[in-house]
Amino acid sequence: MIETLQNLGHGFAIALSPSVMVYAFAGCVIGTLVGMLPGVGPLAGISLLLPASYGLSATTAIVMLAGIYYGAMYGGSTTSILMRIPGEAASVMTCIDGYAMTRKGRAGPALAIAATGSYIAGTLSVVGLMLLAPPLAAFALSFGPPEYVALLLLGLMVLAYMSGGSVPKSLSMAALGLLLGMIGIDPMTGYSRFSYGVVELADGIGIVPVAVGLFGVSEILLTAGQAEMPQVIKPKLRDLLPSRDEWKDAVWPIGRGTVLGFLIGIIPGSAHIISSFVSYAVERRLSKHPERFGQGAVAGVAGPESANNSATSGALVPMLALGVPSGPIPAVMMAAMMVHGVSPGPMLIQQQPELFWGVIASMYVGNIVLLILNLPLVGVFVNLLRIPYPIMYPAILVFSVVGVYAVNGSVVDVWIMAAMGALGYLLRKFDFETAPIVLGVVLAPMLEMSLRQSLALSSGRYTVFVTRPIAATMLGIGLVLLLYSLRPLLAKGADWRRKLGLEGDSIAEKEENR
Amino acid sequence: MLTRDRVGGVALLLFAVAVMWEDRAFPLGTVTKPGPGYMPMLLAGILAAMALLVIWVGGRSPALGSLDWLEKKHAVAILGGCAFTALALERIGYRLTVILLVVFLLWVIERKRPAVVIATALGLSLGTFYVFSTLLQVPLPLGPGEF
Repeated sequence: MIETLQNLGHGFAIALSPSVMVYAFAGCVIGTLVGMLPGVGPLAGISLLLPASYGLSATTAIVMLAGIYYGAMYGGSTTSILMRIPGEAASVMTCIDGYAMTRKGRAGPALAIAATGSYIAGTLSVVGLMLLAPPLAAFALSFGPPEYVALLLLGLMVLAYMSGGSVPKSLSMAALGLLLGMIGIDPMTGYSRFSYGVVELADGIGIVPVAVGLFGVSEILLTAGQAEMPQVIKPKLRDLLPSRDEWKDAVWPIGRGTVLGFLIGIIPGSAHIISSFVSYAVERRLSKHPERFGQGAVAGVAGPESANNSATSGALVPMLALGVPSGPIPAVMMAAMMVHGVSPGPMLIQQQPELFWGVIASMYVGNIVLLILNLPLVGVFVNLLRIPYPIMYPAILVFSVVGVYAVNGSVVDVWIMAAMGALGYLLRKFDFETAPIVLGVVLAPMLEMSLRQSLALSSGRYTVFVTRPIAATMLGIGLVLLLYSLRPLLAKGADWRRKLGLEGDSIAEKEENR
Repeated sequence: MLTRDRVGGVALLLFAVAVMWEDRAFPLGTVTKPGPGYMPMLLAGILAAMALLVIWVGGRSPALGSLDWLEKKHAVAILGGCAFTALALERIGYRLTVILLVVFLLWVIERKRPAVVIATALGLSLGTFYVFSTLLQVPLPLGPGEF
């Protein structure tokens, strides 16, 4: 414990240095804007800003990108509460009761509760990250290729199980992503696969054009032709203070949202999105007045907003400790670390302590910065929402192009972005989730390499996956989850997600009812 | 009945079959010693199996006819803009490409006033070039006359 505090003290010395502070602040501001603007989620935001981080040190770059990630969670609540438009997907649930509070004249308290809940959850979950990541990394040092195969397969199974839509659809998207990840030179034999003579594809398909296309461009394609934005309500500073009863109603949902969000964050999947749905469902179930949900229940704002902030720290645990991204956002952040020559994984904390502890400390500081930004300055930020979308989307498109082009200086990436934008548009029209594709693209090379290394080590014996206890346990859990998640296909009503209102149709219904 | 899931499932199945066909070019190896074609074949098989499952249970999803395509004209125009950008970027340079892209989107598609179009196009083109190329040292392609 003393060693942890010493390391944290060292981290604060890095995080409070002016050069790091500036970029942490910039990340928080950009994140808040990214979260507020419909059509630019944290994934697209981080992908777009990736080239801007190339000139920075690894620590400063990750501090800035992490700031964008959790800043977006704060910012997303503002448009949800004031305009009933989720700035990013994790804020969908906040729309329901947040906007209902606004219509009752309680926009200020709703914003204050969302920001306070986000602050508490953000800070406590960093404590969790700080305490959990080092022992997990030490444990992961005993992992060999078979354990990594099992871990990656378990991750994909959990992703399918936790996803909002149907399991076969999620697994088909993961398989599609893994197939896209097969493009390029096979590192073990030198064969160039599916590159059709395009030299740029020899290194594989990049995560940034895939992520920007599937999330950023597809959102523009879906939104650009639609109606004008509704009127923006601008609350005054003096109206922000919640009443005593509102604080009382918010305390337990914030606590539960923090714990739930952190735990769900560790599990692979779009953690910040799922956590807010689960938190909302749990709060509604535990409430003495479930009929108030949808009519402006404080718990309907406090729970999901705390959960999605807590999930951001949880999602960094497997990335920093194991080198395995738990979702598309940590995957892009991992790509950023690799660009800077840092290999995420069990050795990261030992080899790059200044990076790990600097990022941890900067998250404490960033949460305070965001609390300050999101309450008194909310009036300033909402002015941005007055820009009409027909002017906004060409700007987002230009940022997408420059962000994607700058990674490798190649127009092939711009083509990939456009193709992925079209694919994402069609998939979303047909209610397919796109997050598993991004994760698949990142995991594919690791999975293939670990599988072939495992077989080489064991002279081609597949028993290596069941004779090693850690690998066998993870594969066993994955298999149980797979079978359990396929159960609803045979027995209708056996799906826990449907009971919690998490199933795809239920989510779509909620969005339609907004 | 033709539903969204069934149509999506059929498209994925066709894609999986196409991948299997293309994968013939690479040695599969053996189960104990996989070659470069092994993993893509395995994944295409999984994709095909999942696509069949999606088609099988897809009868419960909304009918294909319930899909609206209100934004399709915008979507096609924006994708056309992306294709133009990819073609023009290294030929006429970043700044000129962005000016033409924004003029196309704002003037032709959104029918905004000329003053708004010109101000936005110039602002975005020169502003992003200054931030990314000049300040952040990200190399962006130049066009005729180093513009």
